Amino acid sequence: MTYASHSHSSPDAIDTPDSIDAVDTDRRQFLHYAAAGVATVALGGGAVLTTLTATAEPRTTPVTSTHRWGMLIDTTKCAAGCDACVTACERENGLNLQQSPTDDAADWADQQSAWIRKVTLRDNLTGQVTQLPLMCQHCAEPPCVDVCPTGASFKRADGIVMVDRHTCIGCRYCMMACPYQARSFVHQPVAQKLTQVPRGKGCVESCNLCVSRRDDDRQTSTACADACAASGQGAIVFGDLNDPNSPLHQALAQVNSRQIRQELNLNTGVRYAGL
Amino acid sequence: MAVTTPHFKFTGIAVCILAFFSQILFSQPTLAADRIGEYVVPSSRAAQVKQCVEPADHMRRYHMELIQHQRDATVRHGIRSTKYSLSNCISCHTGHTAAGAPIAINATGQFCNACHAAAAVTLNCFDCHATIPSGEGWNHEVAQQLLLLPPVSEGAE
Ligand code: HEC
Ligand code: HEC
Ligand code: HEC
Repeated sequence: MTYASHSHSSPDAIDTPDSIDAVDTDRRQFLHYAAAGVATVALGGGAVLTTLTATAEPRTTPVTSTHRWGMLIDTTKCAAGCDACVTACERENGLNLQQSPTDDAADWADQQSAWIRKVTLRDNLTGQVTQLPLMCQHCAEPPCVDVCPTGASFKRADGIVMVDRHTCIGCRYCMMACPYQARSFVHQPVAQKLTQVPRGKGCVESCNLCVSRRDDDRQTSTACADACAASGQGAIVFGDLNDPNSPLHQALAQVNSRQIRQELNLNTGVRYAGL
Repeated sequence: MAVTTPHFKFTGIAVCILAFFSQILFSQPTLAADRIGEYVVPSSRAAQVKQCVEPADHMRRYHMELIQHQRDATVRHGIRSTKYSLSNCISCHTGHTAAGAPIAINATGQFCNACHAAAAVTLNCFDCHATIPSGEGWNHEVAQQLLLLPPVSEGAE
C-alpha cells in the first residue's frame, strides 16, 4: 500500500559509481517528509541518516547453487590454547548467553550447545599433536539430511547444511548420524537470545556458516574466520568453493588438503590442511 | 486472497483510495495510527506510523499466513528483504516503558499477547524468537530500511 511508494528510484541515477549515494539521498529526502515527527524531529536527522547510509543488501531472490560456501582450515596455523573462533561463534550466535541449569561444570560442558569444538589430536606413535576447530562440515551428501524424518535437516542450495527449527521435532537422529558430532541439542528453555539467531528448547542446532551474513552481500566472511585472522593465526579461510577466483579456491589449489573421514565420501565443504 | 468477491474488491479499492487521500490530508505533522490503544501499544513505534505493512483488516485476518510464508522464504531460500519478517513485526510493535526500555511483545497486555489471549491462540514462536529487538543484524537494518523507522535502541532481553 503506501509503502510501495517508498521504493522509487531516480532514473538519472543508475549505473554511475555515485548512483548508490544518489538514491540514498533521495531516500533520505523522502524520510524527512514521510517520517517527519517520527525520525527527523524526535531523533534528529543525523542519527537516522548515518544508520541508513549503511543500508543492508539482504537477499531478494532465493539462494542458488552458483555458490557453494566452504572453508579451508590450516591446522599448522591453529595455535594451542587459542579459542578465538569458538568465542566469536558464541558471540555471533548468542551461545554465550546460555545459562547453566546445574552446578556440575563438567556436566554442563557436555550438554551446552557448541557449534565449534576445539579438538586436539595426538599421534600415539610419533607424539605429534594437532589442533583443529571442528564444526559442521557442510557435506554435499549430508547423512543428517538422509536420516531426518521431517525434512527439518536440509541442505540449502548454496551448500549450507542446517536445521529448520520450525519442523524439527527434536528426535536427534541427525546427531547420531553425524560422523563429526557437530550438532547440539537444546535441553533447556532459552531465556536470552538474539533477534538474528532464534534458538529454543527441543531442537537440534549447528554451525550454519553464519547464514544471515551469507544473505547479505556486504559480508564476505564468518565470525570464526574473522576472529582467527584478528588473533593473528589466519588459519581459517572462508569462501566460495565454486568460484575459481575466490581466495578459498586459490588456497585450496596451493596446499594439500583433505576431508576428515574422507573415506565416507561425503564431499565436505570444510577442508583441512596439515592433517 | 482466494476469497475475493466483487464486493471485497470494491472495498479494497475504496480502502486504497481512502488510504491515499488520508495520507495526503493528514500526513503533515504527526502520522499516527487509528487503532492506538486498541491493540496497538501507544508506546510502540507502530503508534507513530500511519499503517501496518498491509491494511489493518488484512493483517488482522491473514498475519499468520504472511509470517509463515516469510518464514519458509527466509529459512529455506535465504530471502531476507521482505516486510513480513517476524523481527519486523517485533521492531515496530514492541511497547516501551516510561524509561524507554522495550517490553517483551508477548508479555501480558502487549501487542501479540493481548489479542491472542482474547482469541485463545497460543504461540510457541517466542520460545525461540527474541521478544524485543536484541543484538545486531540484518533484521534491524531491514526494519529501518523498509519501514522508515527510527534507529533501534539496543537492549539485552
Ligand atoms: C525452535 C525454535 C523456533 C521456533 C519455536 C520458531 N522459530 Fe521461527 N525461526 C527459528 C530459526 C532458527 C530461524 C532462522 C533465523 C535465520 O536464519 O535468520 C527462524 C526464522 C523465522 C522467520 C524468518 C526470520 C524473520 O525474523 O522473519 C520467521 C518469519 C519465523 N521464524 C516465524 C516463526 C513463527 C511465526 C513461529 C511460531 C509459529 C516460529 N517462527 C517459531 C527458530 C524458531
Ligand atoms: C512499520 C511498523 C509496523 C510493522 C513493521 C508491523 N506493523 Fe502491524 N500495525 C502497525 C500499525 C501502525 C497498525 C495500526 C493500523 C491502523 O490503525 O490502521 C498495525 C496493526 C496491526 C494489526 C491489527 C491490530 C488491530 O488493532 O486490529 C495486526 C494484527 C498487526 N498489525 C500485525 C502485524 C504483524 C504480524 C506484523 C509483522 C509481519 C506487523 N504487524 C508489522 C504497524 C506495523
Ligand atoms: C487483532 C488480533 C491479533 C493480533 C494483534 C495478533 N494476532 Fe496473531 N492471531 C490472531 C488470531 C485470531 C489468530 C488465530 C487465527 C486462526 O486460528 O485461524 C492468530 C494466529 C496467529 C498465528 C498462527 C498460530 C498457529 O497456531 O498457527 C501466528 C503465528 C500469529 N498469530 C502471530 C502473531 C504475532 C507474531 C503477533 C504480534 C506481532 C500477532 N499474531 C498479533 C489475532 C491476532
